[in-house]
Amino acid sequence: MALTKEQIAQRIARELQDGYYVNLGIGIPTLVANYIPKGIDVVLQSENGLLGMGPFPTEDKVDADLINAGKQTITTLPGTAFFDSAYSFGMIRSQRIDLTVLGAMEVSENGDIANWKIPGKLIKGMGGAMDLVASARNIIVTMMQTNPKGESKLLPTCSLPLTGKKCIQRVLTDIGFYNIQDGAFHLVEIAPGVTVDEIKAKTLGKLVISDKLKTIEV
Amino acid sequence: MNKVVANADEAVKDIPDNAVLMLGGFGLCGIPENSIAALIRKGVKGLTCISNNAGVDDFGIGLMLKTRQVKKMISSYVGENAEFERQLLSGELEVELIPQGTLATRCMMSGYGIPAFFTPAGVGTEIAEGKETREFDGKEYLMEHAFKSDYAIVKAWKGDTAGNLIYRGTARNFNPLMAMAGKITIAEVEELVAEGELDPNEIHTAGIFVNRIFKGEKYEKRIEQRTIRK
Repeated sequence: MALTKEQIAQRIARELQDGYYVNLGIGIPTLVANYIPKGIDVVLQSENGLLGMGPFPTEDKVDADLINAGKQTITTLPGTAFFDSAYSFGMIRSQRIDLTVLGAMEVSENGDIANWKIPGKLIKGMGGAMDLVASARNIIVTMMQTNPKGESKLLPTCSLPLTGKKCIQRVLTDIGFYNIQDGAFHLVEIAPGVTVDEIKAKTLGKLVISDKLKTIEV
Repeated sequence: MNKVVANADEAVKDIPDNAVLMLGGFGLCGIPENSIAALIRKGVKGLTCISNNAGVDDFGIGLMLKTRQVKKMISSYVGENAEFERQLLSGELEVELIPQGTLATRCMMSGYGIPAFFTPAGVGTEIAEGKETREFDGKEYLMEHAFKSDYAIVKAWKGDTAGNLIYRGTARNFNPLMAMAGKITIAEVEELVAEGELDPNEIHTAGIFVNRIFKGEKYEKRIEQRTIRK
């Protein structure tokens, strides 16, 4: 069975370590915040200018001056800090962020990522994605293994305009967890009930099956 | 030192057609909503707007798009805005998209008097086309330039008559960066106090960068994504 979005978020949450500063992108990555393991102290960064992001507010605590990078209303926590947007990207470029999780449309076998623009469709912009992928040292990309047409999003080369070049080392999809190294996707974990044949059928880029292949615990 | 002007109309009255404006805010958070309303009343045209976002259909910069006052948007994300889409597709509106960190730093460097800088954002992408690249410690970087703008229009929480500013929460975002970068900087505030009433330790933007300050008549502070915990 392919993983649900919640199960993908749960698997990523197991990568969190005590003391991590983490930037979570929009979509599945945001869900990771719901599964931070007990006893682990993690600080969430939001690139508009906030460190120490709290949960959504209750109705009476909604504050228009307090939003995250997805423009959602949020709350502060003990220890929260506010700063301007240049300062915020200073944290990102100088690699103070321990883990960055973001979504993608395509990833290539050499670590290129495309997640901001589809030619012929209306362009919305890259926001902070190009800054994040160019600078972050520990990135996990989360996405479905295939697009709605059933085509692989793990490719030899990206067909869409790039967000960043040779910057992705790890990809978690609904069916597999891959390390990207030496120009190939190395399957290291597989979703329960999914076969290696299915992975092969849904991976267009070069694929290597790890000899230590594990099943993702759900 | 007294930089107070009567109201938003007074603050923007000399902004000419075809001016390059920086407008503070992230999404609808911390936008100079009273100045935007005054620009619409004034009817100034052909504006280039440097702002992280372009508002929504009926609020923020979206209102100036509706009245066709904007020639060009320079932003990182232009989101869900039907009128924006229509003008973009019909060629009425020009758009330059810039990575958010680069946008912020181009504002900052303008205020810091540094003409250009190197960043890794966009290396190997279409953003890099035509730009000088250079290698530092084995990694490739793009040269990006500080913005040049005629006016910066920012929104702060509190300000004093000398133009010192304090921002609140994530409404800070691009505001202090742009405040330093305008040839003329206009600040609108929720609370305007006399010189000496703000704690000098808490001032984010020093008055030297602010030319005009006024108390905004009203703040709607529209919320784009109202997310609630039960």
